[in-house]
Amino acid sequence: MTKTVIEVKDLKTYLYSASGVVKAVDGVSFSIESGKTLGIVGESGSGKSMTASSIIRLLPRNKGKIVSGTINFDGKDVLSLNKKELLQFRGKDVAVIFQDPMSALDPVFKVGDQMVEMICAHQNISKTEAKKKAIDALAKVGIPNPEKRMESYPYELSGGMCQRVIIAMSACKNPKLVIADEPTTALDVTVQAQVLKLLKEMQSKLNNAILLITHNLGIVWEMCDSVMVMYAGKTVEYATTKDLYTEPLHPYTWGLLDSIPKLSDENKTRLNAIPGTPPDLRLTGSCCNFYNRCPYVKEVCKEKVPPLIEIKEGHFVACHRQNFDERLEKGEVDKNE
Amino acid sequence: MNENKPILSINNLSKRFKLRGGKLLEKQQILHALSNVSLDIYEGETLGVIGESGCGKSTLGRCIVQLHKPSSGEIIYKGENILNKTGKELKQLRKDIQIIFQDPYSSLDPRKTAGAAIEEPMIIHNLYTPKERKEKVLSLMKEVGLDTQHVYRYPHEFSGGQRQRINIARALALDPKIIVCDEPVSALDVSVQAQVLNLLNDLQKKHNLTLIFISHDLSVIKHVSNRVAIMYLGKVVELCDSKEIYTNPKHPYTQALLSAIPPESPFEKKVQIELKGEIPSPIGEQKGCALATRCPYVTERCTKEIPVLRDVADGHQVACFLY
Repeated sequence: MTKTVIEVKDLKTYLYSASGVVKAVDGVSFSIESGKTLGIVGESGSGKSMTASSIIRLLPRNKGKIVSGTINFDGKDVLSLNKKELLQFRGKDVAVIFQDPMSALDPVFKVGDQMVEMICAHQNISKTEAKKKAIDALAKVGIPNPEKRMESYPYELSGGMCQRVIIAMSACKNPKLVIADEPTTALDVTVQAQVLKLLKEMQSKLNNAILLITHNLGIVWEMCDSVMVMYAGKTVEYATTKDLYTEPLHPYTWGLLDSIPKLSDENKTRLNAIPGTPPDLRLTGSCCNFYNRCPYVKEVCKEKVPPLIEIKEGHFVACHRQNFDERLEKGEVDKNE
Repeated sequence: MNENKPILSINNLSKRFKLRGGKLLEKQQILHALSNVSLDIYEGETLGVIGESGCGKSTLGRCIVQLHKPSSGEIIYKGENILNKTGKELKQLRKDIQIIFQDPYSSLDPRKTAGAAIEEPMIIHNLYTPKERKEKVLSLMKEVGLDTQHVYRYPHEFSGGQRQRINIARALALDPKIIVCDEPVSALDVSVQAQVLNLLNDLQKKHNLTLIFISHDLSVIKHVSNRVAIMYLGKVVELCDSKEIYTNPKHPYTQALLSAIPPESPFEKKVQIELKGEIPSPIGEQKGCALATRCPYVTERCTKEIPVLRDVADGHQVACFLY
């Protein structure tokens, strides 16, 4: 049984700085069903973390603002929640796993106390029960000696252990949606594999939806059902994982896929790097954001913003040259020309 | 490539850090960051060094450029042990061996312009006239793909990739023979990472540089290196050709490391070899194989003896009793 857990439509989050309005998220739409995982990939500054912060309405005060769009969570309109409802929503329905596990925990409180506090805040149970539940959760994520670890301070644990504690915390409250914002970037590969496995196990038990933000496409292949590629605040491609791998349509996605060195490659060829750098987010909005780095650029790309259109069922792309009858194919233009 | 004579030989290099306990009269503990590492580095090659955090790969890099004084062992460069050198001789040596650090933000002085940062090593070593130096700075900036108009800009005005290019230009300023790259691309985005990797590759060919490339990303290491050394807890556990590491990994730790890397396509299903538990602490007495507590093939011998790096097939060296 699947149902849509979260639906985001045309979300626009702007940041107001002294030097102008930064269009951090500029018209992003997606939805996730229960038990499914959506991956958001993009480079730093592409707006993927701001999208996540917008969902839980955790934007920098006075600076960030959701300008337009709707966020529908399980029948609730997130943008119209009042303070109390918002606390409920953040604490009970959604769990967030941040990039840096060390700073996500409070350094001056014991791990156990933090867990008990969190459980008591949202569930109507006694402290002893909460403690039992916390120990249980710690054991489930594979922490040895959970009773002893309850008494540890965050600095006594390694990065991987801290991330497990946070996953255990989120598992305690049976969330409907888990937002994992680069959950493994700070961790080693072997620990990363363990953490990802934990997330998957939790999902198969609780049937929750996962929004996984990452810049590592390998993690997307392993974890996600569908994937959204973001560039300069906009969605450039949105498809199922398999479609994106077998038939990527946006030139940026091609560049992204080509710039990763592959382990299975026999001969050492040059990497096809994307030349240039991402645009200034204060100046976007009148053309295709990728035009200055795109090898297939045409006049129209500098004049109009490409709309996100559905090329195939479930496969969306925002590129002018994918609308034409003569569909753009990869390798049409030699990059070295 | 001159395969016969190594440009740099590391013999039985060890680095121990003394830890001071918090309590008065507490017994001093010793952290073994590197224990008996021996490596030969040949001219013009790239040696990749890979391992998890805390395995001593950065300590190795820092020992080579003498930012750390090793506790024992020797590093032979041009027929001499460079660890005995001091003063003027050491300064001369530093000209030949340069380093690029991981964090492009903190490795540049925020109050020095890009041009001044690149020029500084030449001033320190008293090379060229001021006019020649200025010309050299501009040609270096062109070489690493920076706009020469940016010579008077400060580090905060550059992006991460550009800053790393400044660091590379600065390392090249003294025409070094060896560059130690300590995770030069791990702070960068994939598209920028690819640009910097291509740049390093081009520069290596042009200047016949020898690179020691330290990283935790196996696919990056595989891409740039000719040979790869895998480190675990201060020891080199496997050393082989970079192709071999993917097709024929021998050490149980290497196998586990490879299986932990996310797949390359959504259709690839990996069989994961899981290492139980965390990396043991490098503090205190070392006994037996470092992997013994986590290894799926552990035998009684592993817990008692320390395996040494041995040649098992055609230059493929492994430190494991299985072979």
